[in-house]
Amino acid sequence: MSKEIVFSEETLLVIHKLMKRYPEGRHKSALLPVLHIAQAEFDGWLSSEVMDYVASVLNIKSIEVYEVASFYSMYNLNPVGKCLLEICHTGPCMLNGADDLIAHFQNKLNIKVGETTEDGMFTLKTVECLGSCGTAPMLQCGADYHENLDEEKADLLLDKLRAENKRSRYC
Amino acid sequence: MGRKLLLEHIEVSGIETLEVYRKMGGYAAVEKALKTMAPDDVTEEVKKSGLRGRGGAGFPAGMKWSFIDKKSEKPRYLVCNADESEPGTFKDRYLMEKIPHSLIEGMIVSSYALGAKTGYIYIRGEYFYILRILEKAIAEAYDAGLLGDHILGTDYSLDLHVQIGAGAYICGEETALLESLEGKRGNPRMKPPFPAISGLYACPTVVNNVETIAAVPHIVNISGDEYAKIGIGRSTGTKLISASGHINKPGTYEIELGLSVEEFIYSDEYCGGIKNGRKLKALIAGGSSVPILPEHLITKTATGEDRLMTYESLSDGGFVSGSMLGSGGFIVMDDSTCIVRHTWSLARFYHHESCGQCSPCREGTGWMEKVLHRIEHGHGTLKDIDLLVDIAKKIEGNTICPLGDAAAWPIASAIRHFRSEFEYHVANPSKIINPNHFLHEPFVNTAVKNETILN
Repeated sequence: MSKEIVFSEETLLVIHKLMKRYPEGRHKSALLPVLHIAQAEFDGWLSSEVMDYVASVLNIKSIEVYEVASFYSMYNLNPVGKCLLEICHTGPCMLNGADDLIAHFQNKLNIKVGETTEDGMFTLKTVECLGSCGTAPMLQCGADYHENLDEEKADLLLDKLRAENKRSRYC
Repeated sequence: MGRKLLLEHIEVSGIETLEVYRKMGGYAAVEKALKTMAPDDVTEEVKKSGLRGRGGAGFPAGMKWSFIDKKSEKPRYLVCNADESEPGTFKDRYLMEKIPHSLIEGMIVSSYALGAKTGYIYIRGEYFYILRILEKAIAEAYDAGLLGDHILGTDYSLDLHVQIGAGAYICGEETALLESLEGKRGNPRMKPPFPAISGLYACPTVVNNVETIAAVPHIVNISGDEYAKIGIGRSTGTKLISASGHINKPGTYEIELGLSVEEFIYSDEYCGGIKNGRKLKALIAGGSSVPILPEHLITKTATGEDRLMTYESLSDGGFVSGSMLGSGGFIVMDDSTCIVRHTWSLARFYHHESCGQCSPCREGTGWMEKVLHRIEHGHGTLKDIDLLVDIAKKIEGNTICPLGDAAAWPIASAIRHFRSEFEYHVANPSKIINPNHFLHEPFVNTAVKNETILN
């Protein structure tokens, strides 16, 4: 399913408003928020075509977009499943069972970390500290934090996400 | 009960709204500062308060403000560092989520003191839902005339924006944050010049942590002298501590600096003791970057004094037997914890988050992660342990920003205090196959026999 890579009028208005937050000539500052918008609008990842388009909207060079998109961990440079499950496995989450939780998701979804289920529904990713150490273990799916997880809660979450059948997005 | 300032009204229903926040005395500091104080008077109060940067470095906030280049004709900026990413730290998230107006009020008063007409709150990308909370609160403040032109009818005007990050621990380093805010990769800048001279868009800039900024209205309200009476010595005021790990009551607590570590861990008012009745084994007191402490150095210092929650007491003993207050990320570990596995997890974190600019950090963090992985998985040698110490030494102090040090300290300190546990991993590969190898049989120091090591 490929759609034309162009922001809606409404989105363009939001972006132009964003660009006004910065002093004149400093509109490149809008790059990070605009990449988030682009990722949310174009199937959850940033293709080189999408990045080129973002460059044209912000009137900067494509390389300025590539180098930023490849630096930050929240930008996906490859297609991902409809729901991106980002499980924290840094120190405090590890102390509270993140390893077992990751193993459970791998078994349940029959994929390894970094892979996507055959039906394209879930991608499993491990991430570093999400600032949820007191409610560990946890995962992020779109903008939502799912905290204090155990196997039962994990299964319920998968069922819920499957039933909703919506693409996860940060914004 | 210790004194509460930042979280005093946390339980009040509706405190996230402007209406309730004001009813509880919110924005009084804006009224007081803008209408009765000169900007330099505000800075003076902050200096008197002894407030130290709450992001981790603990640098005196008033002094940092006084460095701002006042001769420059360029605009000045106040940037709030809400890129909270230090493992073990989640206090700023709690504060922004529950009482967003406390940060906005702090931004107004602090910007006024600095003469900044524009402020940015740079928040980590993963906190997208908090961005929405802050934006809503900022819109309320604009509508009430607390932001925008002629705040509360005075001559002072301020625009405040929230900028979203996109996943990079390094952006918590202030110059990396500024690069990111300019729409670039988060590569820290060489210093000098410091941001106070040449920061955002090469203009004079102050970058402060969320909690630091949120403390300013309280200082204005009660006066710097009163604030300085809370706490002990050069550790003044209250501090938010994020407690996690093997404790009964993880969460964010506001403490008066000077509380004993023992009380913080075992009192029901705070952590509520160790979970499942197990034994305390180790503590990371101030976020993952600070040295780890073994059980015997947690509640007492090496000289036998009570260990207190202050900048000075936690660092008593230096790197030999002390740690740091850091960001207040308080990670408690019980006797089921494998220090090697935990250290490997942190090494992986720093490798993942190294920006790649300086080779000692870029190569060293990856190397340490690999060596720790092999020790934890039963393929290590005794020489690997010394190798880790050597790599850590060669990263420390040899990088543009402190991420190198932050990666080196946890590893060097883990080996310093738990060397026998690393040696056990080398000598007993068959006993560490199960990832939870110390769950049922906690590691005891004497388990390592010299013969087995020599083999």
